[in-house]
Amino acid sequence: MSERRIFKHPILDFDRGEEFYFDFEGKKVKAYEGETIASALYADGLRKFTESKKLERPRGFFCAIGKCSSCLMSVDGRPNVRTCVKLAEEGMEVERHGSKPNFPEIDIGRGTERKEKDIEIAVIGGGPAGLMAAIVASRNGADVHLFDEGDNLGGQLVKQTHQFFGSHEEDAGTRGIEIGKELVEEARDVGVDIHTKTKVLGYYEEKKIMVEREDQLYIYDTEGIVYAGGAIENYLSFENNDLPGVYGAGGVQTLMNEEGIVPGDKVLMVGSGNVGVIVSYQLLQAGVDVVEVIEALPEIGGYQVHASKIRRAGVPINTSHTIRKAIGEEKVEGAIIQKIDENWKPVEGTEREVDCDVICLAVGLSPDTNFLRQAGCEMEYIGELGGYVPLRTEDMMTTNRGIYVAGDAAGIEEATVAALEGKIAGAALFEELREETEDTKKSKEEAKKGLDKMRKGPYGEVPRQGVKSCTVDEEVCG
Amino acid sequence: MSDYKSTGILDKEDLQIPDDERLKEGPVVIMECVENIPCNPCVAACSFDAVEMEEITDTPDVDFEKCTGCAFCVTECPGLAIFVVDCSYSDEMCKITVPYEYLPIPDEGEEVMALDRKGEEVEKAKVTNIRKSGRTYAVTLEMSKENVWDVRGFEVIE
Repeated sequence: MSERRIFKHPILDFDRGEEFYFDFEGKKVKAYEGETIASALYADGLRKFTESKKLERPRGFFCAIGKCSSCLMSVDGRPNVRTCVKLAEEGMEVERHGSKPNFPEIDIGRGTERKEKDIEIAVIGGGPAGLMAAIVASRNGADVHLFDEGDNLGGQLVKQTHQFFGSHEEDAGTRGIEIGKELVEEARDVGVDIHTKTKVLGYYEEKKIMVEREDQLYIYDTEGIVYAGGAIENYLSFENNDLPGVYGAGGVQTLMNEEGIVPGDKVLMVGSGNVGVIVSYQLLQAGVDVVEVIEALPEIGGYQVHASKIRRAGVPINTSHTIRKAIGEEKVEGAIIQKIDENWKPVEGTEREVDCDVICLAVGLSPDTNFLRQAGCEMEYIGELGGYVPLRTEDMMTTNRGIYVAGDAAGIEEATVAALEGKIAGAALFEELREETEDTKKSKEEAKKGLDKMRKGPYGEVPRQGVKSCTVDEEVCG
Repeated sequence: MSDYKSTGILDKEDLQIPDDERLKEGPVVIMECVENIPCNPCVAACSFDAVEMEEITDTPDVDFEKCTGCAFCVTECPGLAIFVVDCSYSDEMCKITVPYEYLPIPDEGEEVMALDRKGEEVEKAKVTNIRKSGRTYAVTLEMSKENVWDVRGFEVIE
């Protein structure tokens, strides 16, 4: 495939801006207005972006959301630029510098004076949980500031091209991308003060947070915080798992559904949970061949309806299989997979080579909770919720009174649950700081009912048990 | 029950199927949704109150006498798990309506390749009707009656 940009898609419309060129190591590379440097280079076929420090192993496009360091390059003489979030500009000069860049004499912001501000509520994270918390608190009259390190709000909703499950009263049947847009609009309408491209760096005593925006540091002195920082993708250990072409499902979704660029021609999907089967379906919709889905467990993890959808498109799903090795020198050129028995031991003689240029890992998520840990919230390991999560009350308050949690940071579930938890957290924090209102009371009641509904049935058993184990009485909170 | 938990492939025996008499009467819905997942847009989608669900995690219970086979629900199911079969169409031929979210979109009258639940080719079928709701299409195929319980998708012939 020579053109990696998607121009026709059954669900998405990609409105690309003007076409222009920038310079990459002496070569002209095409880009469209609004495209990141990394996306344009990926679309041009580049796979090795930088290399590892000690062993100089190739590093390529990976997280796609400015979190990892696999895409660092020099842009107009400035080293270590995260090219996956930096937009391409006409005439820009971009080059790779490997792991040992030359640092020019520039002011990198050391000694910058901090600016201090007093605010009432800080919401950290602009996904469904954070947006919902901000909306509820703000529409009741609180002064709410929402911080997100990304360019666009909506969290992972902006990549969800499928119609949502759940109750039709809670947006089921609507595509995630649409739900995200609606929430952002509502947040703007009710007067939430939105800070994008803004990183919350850490927590200080007495509910102060340090924030960085455009090389400027701020200290926000808050009265209450809702932390909705989401989750981090899990990785899997196998030989050569660091080759460019081994991606997390989130990175694939960003590249494909936000940037409009296909990750490759032939994908091996590792993991058959809902993320694995849904992203497989999205790959098919983008015209990419999904050669196989493998799953270590003896049964498919995702919903039958999602699995059936890709199955009837001819994608094989092989349970009790694992990946042993990625093949390739500079990039993925195949994979070795193998059967495993009921004790998770590889079955000898069942190794098989799969012809693929992308290995997509959909092996779960872990709550991103460093901020809460740093803020002294009591944490506990709850396997059912994906890892360490904060203890919390039914109102989503952590053991550090005034700090609330919602969404995947409180435990890995899904977007509808995240929004409902956000609703509870926003309403409860407002009640703690001001007073109970008709709206806060109703929001909490409705959302709690909604959560009970979402956690019903066999698929709800795991989160139901998990939430039970980390819910505490209010007396426990400081 | 089939081994769909490890294959992703349902069998006729997993499904709620109308009796032969109802099948002869005209189009009717087949819901290929067998797990207790929290989802209910199909209930709201039906104007004839043919779909019942007490709890959101129940599987849909279809009253085949109330179902008119209108196929409106086909595009409203987030799982793309609803199909409509019409065995009253002729002696040899039947019609089946399937959800479709790929490119290219076929034209009415076009011949496409009908696929089974494993994605294997079954027979060539003719597109007799296309309806769009949002970005999802409900495509009706005309094909042999003997394959009515096998065909659940199609592929445009390039």
